[in-house]
Amino acid sequence: MPLRATLSVLTDSLKYAVDLPISLFEKVSSELSSYDTLKKENTSLRQEQLINRTQLLKFDALEKENIRLRALLENSFKLGEQVLIAELLSINLVADEHIMVVNKGTRFGVHPQQPVLDINGVVGQVFRALPFSSEIMLITDPNHAIPVQVNRNGLLTIAVGSGMSNQLNLPYLPNNADIRPGDLLITSGLGGVFPAGYPVGIVDDFPETNNKSIPHITATPKSLLDRKREVLIVWGSNALMPLTTPLSKTPADNEQ
Amino acid sequence: MNNSYSAMRIFITLFFAMCLRIVPLSDTLAPLNPDWVLLVLIYWSLAIPESVGIAHAWFLGILVDVLLGRHFGQNAFIYSLVIYACLVWHKQLRQFPVVQQSAFIFLCLLFSQLLFFWFKNVHASVQITGIFWLPIFSGTVLWPFIYQLMRSIRRF
Repeated sequence: MPLRATLSVLTDSLKYAVDLPISLFEKVSSELSSYDTLKKENTSLRQEQLINRTQLLKFDALEKENIRLRALLENSFKLGEQVLIAELLSINLVADEHIMVVNKGTRFGVHPQQPVLDINGVVGQVFRALPFSSEIMLITDPNHAIPVQVNRNGLLTIAVGSGMSNQLNLPYLPNNADIRPGDLLITSGLGGVFPAGYPVGIVDDFPETNNKSIPHITATPKSLLDRKREVLIVWGSNALMPLTTPLSKTPADNEQ
Repeated sequence: MNNSYSAMRIFITLFFAMCLRIVPLSDTLAPLNPDWVLLVLIYWSLAIPESVGIAHAWFLGILVDVLLGRHFGQNAFIYSLVIYACLVWHKQLRQFPVVQQSAFIFLCLLFSQLLFFWFKNVHASVQITGIFWLPIFSGTVLWPFIYQLMRSIRRF
């Protein structure tokens, strides 16, 4: 779409112009924050980093183990996703669609269908990449659906956006599905857009019924979709995740 | 009036209208944000129909399509149709009292929103709620103020 990309240079300057006062205000207020609050923030961040680091130590070992186990199963395991930090522009495009605009575009190599995450979980995917900005469709958009699995037992289903910023719908569940309130939903990696294993949401409370028919089940997204200023755009595995284990696979392929 | 001078005003007002179109609002106010660009464009087409025409509306619509991430030509098509109606009836519309003018604006906004709904449905069948129609009412209510403001800008 070269025409759209060309015209977007004009319109993107508008987007940045609208965003400017708000980001400027945030910048100034962070400049003016006192020594005390900075010090407090620093200590809390340092503590958080300490905890994260110890958890990462464990994660390293687990990852190695996972690779070894997957090699035994002759299953592929892709590592090393590359990320780019992008900042949300404070603008509203269309009221009834959940589309956000970030300040990184094709000039940084962003392309459509890239998954977008934040520190808590999946945010959405890149919907359209323009030279200076890109539009991100959130997982809560009514037109968005994300393949997920229940972390507890690996039950596969699809989470569909509800149009509300704090709710996902799970319409495709059989009546006897083993799903409970509080279950963590993670990406299943099916479909090839989202890498497997990232948290998506927590299943909401729903009334237990006697005849085992499952009521309308919803989930709350993990990521703080309407508050976050910074998101991560991910370059995952380009290839589609294999749905079945390939038969002719040499052990050398599994070493990476 | 100097021609380049009025062109400058048209440009600046449309620039602010496009900014207002994407301004971040709270969740309750965001669905009420009317189509500022169309309202400002309607004003200019009524005030100086000899220099604001369908071609301007069409090009501006293309820009709004890019700005809002719509399919190409949606806004361009709608804006040109609405501006065509305004140009045809601009002599009568200028004589109308403000209430009657607002009624015409209501019809224009309703027409544009209906076309948006139709475009949305062509793309994929969609569910819309009542808030989809709110910009029509907010735009109609705001029209007298926009009209006064734009008139004072034009005569400034």
